[in-house]
Amino acid sequence: MAKALVFIDNPGAALKKSSLELLTIARSLGEAVVALNGELHDDVVAALGAQGASALYRPSATDLDDFLIAPKAAYLAAAVEASGAGTVLLENTADGKEIAARLGVKLNAGVITDVVGVDADGTAHKSVLAGSYTTTAKARTSIAVLTVKPNSVDVVAPAAASTPETVTIDVPADATANAARVTGRTEKAASGRPELTEARIVVAGGRGVDGDFGPLEELADALGGALGASRAATDAGWIGHDYQVGQTGKTVSPQLYISAGISGAIQQKAGMQTSKVIVAINKDAESPIFEIADFGIVGDLFKVVPQATDEIKKRKG
Amino acid sequence: MKIVVLVKHVPDAQFDRHLTGPGNTVDRDESILSELDEYALEAALQLSEARGGAKAGNEVIALSMGPAGAVNAVKKSLQIGASSGAHLSDDALAGSDAAATSLALAAAIRHLGADSPVDLVVTGMASTDGETSLVPAQLAERLGLPQVTFASSLEVNGEHVVARRDGDAHADTVEATLPALVSVTDQINEPRYPNFKGILAAKKKKITALTLADIGVDAAQVGAAGSLTAVETAEARPPRTAGTIITDEGDAGIKLVEFLAAQKLL
Repeated sequence: MAKALVFIDNPGAALKKSSLELLTIARSLGEAVVALNGELHDDVVAALGAQGASALYRPSATDLDDFLIAPKAAYLAAAVEASGAGTVLLENTADGKEIAARLGVKLNAGVITDVVGVDADGTAHKSVLAGSYTTTAKARTSIAVLTVKPNSVDVVAPAAASTPETVTIDVPADATANAARVTGRTEKAASGRPELTEARIVVAGGRGVDGDFGPLEELADALGGALGASRAATDAGWIGHDYQVGQTGKTVSPQLYISAGISGAIQQKAGMQTSKVIVAINKDAESPIFEIADFGIVGDLFKVVPQATDEIKKRKG
Repeated sequence: MKIVVLVKHVPDAQFDRHLTGPGNTVDRDESILSELDEYALEAALQLSEARGGAKAGNEVIALSMGPAGAVNAVKKSLQIGASSGAHLSDDALAGSDAAATSLALAAAIRHLGADSPVDLVVTGMASTDGETSLVPAQLAERLGLPQVTFASSLEVNGEHVVARRDGDAHADTVEATLPALVSVTDQINEPRYPNFKGILAAKKKKITALTLADIGVDAAQVGAAGSLTAVETAEARPPRTAGTIITDEGDAGIKLVEFLAAQKLL
């Protein structure tokens, strides 16, 4: 049976939803195995078993996080060779894509990024040119490396759990040679809101918020959504660059995207136009955002947004 | 210091972009220097200038791979301030994926370093057409260089490279020694525009035309034939159409919630 290997980097105390999604895809392709880096908690082992993983690979080295990308790719290449996997699945993050990139060179394997669906025959679905085309692509090599976006599949658990066999993979001795070293790390404060790229609902603000994201934060919290911003708002320093949605920020595809005070220039549209439902609030009736909005309000966001927040709170009681 | 900056000629994202032909490749008719590469060029120029610029023997070479038109990305880079250019062009390169592209670019960079070694390769964080971000990491792997990617700040002190890399959960300080490969984000600097003097000076700067034979790469290793992935189908997404647009008459917030409730989004 074909094997699909899922790379999970530092799961912490519990598996993330995106990891469960990768495991679901792996099982749809054959036997699911996992290569993990970082500490391993009992709850994670149990969750991997519940997801039907048959093998769990761990690196012989514990210092892979002290270097950027390269040694993780070397470890993963060794794990893929040990497992005989034909497909490797990673998260579609900056790190995930770069580990995939180097793995592709090491294994002479085709790499496909930004994947939103994988067929049983390995055909990957993705959208390109800022969401203006949907394409199918396939690796022409015996091993395929795919980085998959969050929310691409519904998590399904198999009927029978497994007890994954743990295997230690020797990380090649030269894996850290010529690798850039991470010499300092500042953890970012957690917002308590869902991760922007994984959120079901995103509330985003632009130039029109004029430095005050307060009303949008309240709306995001009333809806249980994430907060986002246009490049104009992050460039103005009103909110961190991490919140930027757009061509040079994050690409999001939520069920609902509420855009407030954003004109909808191409740079912004590139990051959100595959959202299922788009709501736009803008003072300027000529804003291009209204061309792609399912529901548009020409009005003052400082009046409309708080009114909507109050109404949602009232309805949710 | 000898710096190679990778510059790509990409379709202007301000206009509609299309996939075309049997390989579903990007139509490059209306193309410009990729906006994200301007940050890479600016970072390279600042490093060169801090060391006395061209007069002190510093070199910033703009390298582009692509069809005939891609030379315009090199020319633009020379106008902005690069000291020389190189244009790798060969019919066999058409349809190259990231793996084939990085193979050809690695060979071109080795070629440019044949007379005197390249200290630094600088790229943007992604191309604005393919947007995969695979090529910088693949180049580092192929060239055996330390990879310092997604840098939002960059310092080079002697042989020592220090950069800041912003991740989702944490910001890292990353260090490496030269020679190295760096990719930079759009947070790193404010790229300059070409001025009149720069435009005139560019006409005297040298652009080296390179073919696959020059860099010692076999045609079968690149292009659609040498690519490790194939785009099998491409379908234009139907354009989004505008829905209901209302003007606030004092109750738009309520109407918005009614819309969300009707869409089962509450």
